[in-house]
Amino acid sequence: MFKILKYSFYDLMRSRWSYVYFAFYLLLGVVLLFLNNDLSKAVITLMNVIIVLVPLIGTIFGVMYYYNSKEFTELLLAQPLKRSSIFLGQYLGVAISLSMSLILGLGIPFVFYGLFMSNAIWDFSLLLITGTFLTLIFTALAFNIALSNENRIKGFGYAILLWLFLAIIYDGIFLMSLIIFEDYPLDKLSLIGTMLNPIDLSRTLILLKLDISALLGYTGAVFKQFFGTNFGLIVSFSALTLWVLLPVLRITMKAKKKDF
Amino acid sequence: MTNVWSNTITVCSSCSVKTIHEALQQASEGDTILVKKGIYKEANLKIDKGITIIGEDLPTIDGDAKGEIITIGADNVTLDGFKIINVGVSYTTDYAAVRVVNSSGFVIQNLELEKLFFGIYLQKSNNGKVLNNKVRGEAVTEFNSGNAIHLWHCNNVEVRGNDVRNVRDGIYLEFSSHIAITDNFSKNNVRYGLHFMFSNNNDVINNVFETNGAGIALMFSKFMEVERNVITKNWGTAAYGLLLKEVTDVNLKNNLFLENTVGITVEGSNRLVYSNNDFTSNGYAIRVKGACYENEIINNNFLYNSFDISYNGKINDNKFDNNFWSNYTGYDLNKDGIGDVPYRPVKLFSYIVNRTPEAIILLRSLFIDLIDFSEKVSPVFTPDDLMDENPRIKRIDHDKN
Repeated sequence: MFKILKYSFYDLMRSRWSYVYFAFYLLLGVVLLFLNNDLSKAVITLMNVIIVLVPLIGTIFGVMYYYNSKEFTELLLAQPLKRSSIFLGQYLGVAISLSMSLILGLGIPFVFYGLFMSNAIWDFSLLLITGTFLTLIFTALAFNIALSNENRIKGFGYAILLWLFLAIIYDGIFLMSLIIFEDYPLDKLSLIGTMLNPIDLSRTLILLKLDISALLGYTGAVFKQFFGTNFGLIVSFSALTLWVLLPVLRITMKAKKKDF
Repeated sequence: MTNVWSNTITVCSSCSVKTIHEALQQASEGDTILVKKGIYKEANLKIDKGITIIGEDLPTIDGDAKGEIITIGADNVTLDGFKIINVGVSYTTDYAAVRVVNSSGFVIQNLELEKLFFGIYLQKSNNGKVLNNKVRGEAVTEFNSGNAIHLWHCNNVEVRGNDVRNVRDGIYLEFSSHIAITDNFSKNNVRYGLHFMFSNNNDVINNVFETNGAGIALMFSKFMEVERNVITKNWGTAAYGLLLKEVTDVNLKNNLFLENTVGITVEGSNRLVYSNNDFTSNGYAIRVKGACYENEIINNNFLYNSFDISYNGKINDNKFDNNFWSNYTGYDLNKDGIGDVPYRPVKLFSYIVNRTPEAIILLRSLFIDLIDFSEKVSPVFTPDDLMDENPRIKRIDHDKN
């Protein structure tokens, strides 16, 4: 598995797209810091970008990589190798190289700007941790979609739909249900609703660590009581881990049975 | 008849008069008591003659937590330059460091109050001055702490240059009118920096309110002038800079609201004029809770607030004109400094949050940005006449002296 991971990783490291992705984050970090002059404000702006872009790029890149390396995969399948290690190796290769582009691309300008001397370091690390989680989750989901669909166009379509659903439509449904059931106590429902969507969960986790959490008012106080405690943090990180593990598990299951 | 010759009685540990209590008994109308440096363990000092009491080099009066320390019950009393500590805390009586009862012409100045329950308590007293006092409380909760400067049924009093911190309410007024509150500094108070109840015709000018539970609470009052105040860093889930509840005919001019969770919360208030204020980096700049009519919001700067105006309901009878909004995205083709497209300060999301507070959890999600944008293009839910017809292109430079 590690050999395949290494191959995919080096393959991706040589590809143009990793550099473009890396350069994009580098540029974003530099421009934000240049315009803002304030680390904690830059973290908020960055959050908006990460919440939207990281899942999108994770899904698209994952699907693209799977379809592009299909012939290589078929070649590997002819060798005496475990199927799960082939696919997990590929998956980890993509996810790790994407996360590295994210962490390095954003990390370098912030470190040069004096992150270690600023108290925004915890917010920033949380940002990178959730960003990495989102990459892992959405690449895994992308691999699931690609494995289930032989047709590339269909695969891409589902991938975009998945992103659209979790990033936008889910929040719309969430908001509608909050408005429809506004006569009932809603704090539990909104807590569960947030937990079920990795994008919402990451956004809430970051928001509550930032200064603007006071804006959330009394409702926010309920959330802060939950997410602010160690218990809440453990629960939300386990939810994120679960979001990684379940799709990965499905990758191995699916890969075992699939005909090539 | 008043004396033609007024005497001066000196109090010190080596003088013939050793306690303030003794001096008060000896003094007659118009006399001066001069208290030298030292610690005087005295409480329940009653001043019932029009005398002047001056502390030299800040002598300390220690009340030993026995209750009230100084009670003034006569006209024309001056109290100057003492450090007064250890007022007793009670849940049935409002013990104060200095209480003025039914008097006029009093001057209370240069006091330093510490370990207090209530600080300076004026009741039914008129035509006096409270100047340059320093109050340092240790309040943690509302129910077992008192107010620094408390006015009840007073008229025509000047409260100037006081520095009040860590008490319940920095300055509290109830049924008081014609009070001038100027140049005060109010910080870290548990409840409000300045609190008005049923008090009319008062001026609040050039004060600073910082990190209080809430900066100023104006309730059930009329005819006020609030000018050139700085209200800042009232930040927390239930904090706001200025609360306006059931007030009418108030002028809010040249104030700065900086980094408050809510700059102004206003409810049931009519005929208010907000002009030349700066609202900078607040969560909400102005939160209108309803029943507010004939208000004018003109020539203000709204800079980098998460929400500029929050409104519930569809009726708008308030006028927004000639403000600068940092969130304005219009253009000015004829270069007259006024944007050609009106600005709508109410976002759909703030409207939703008013209806369903739990929805705030979707703050900064992509979906919310999308619906805000579509509402901006064609308003459906927010009042469609609520807009600034003449938004400025450049930020207004207010005259800040």
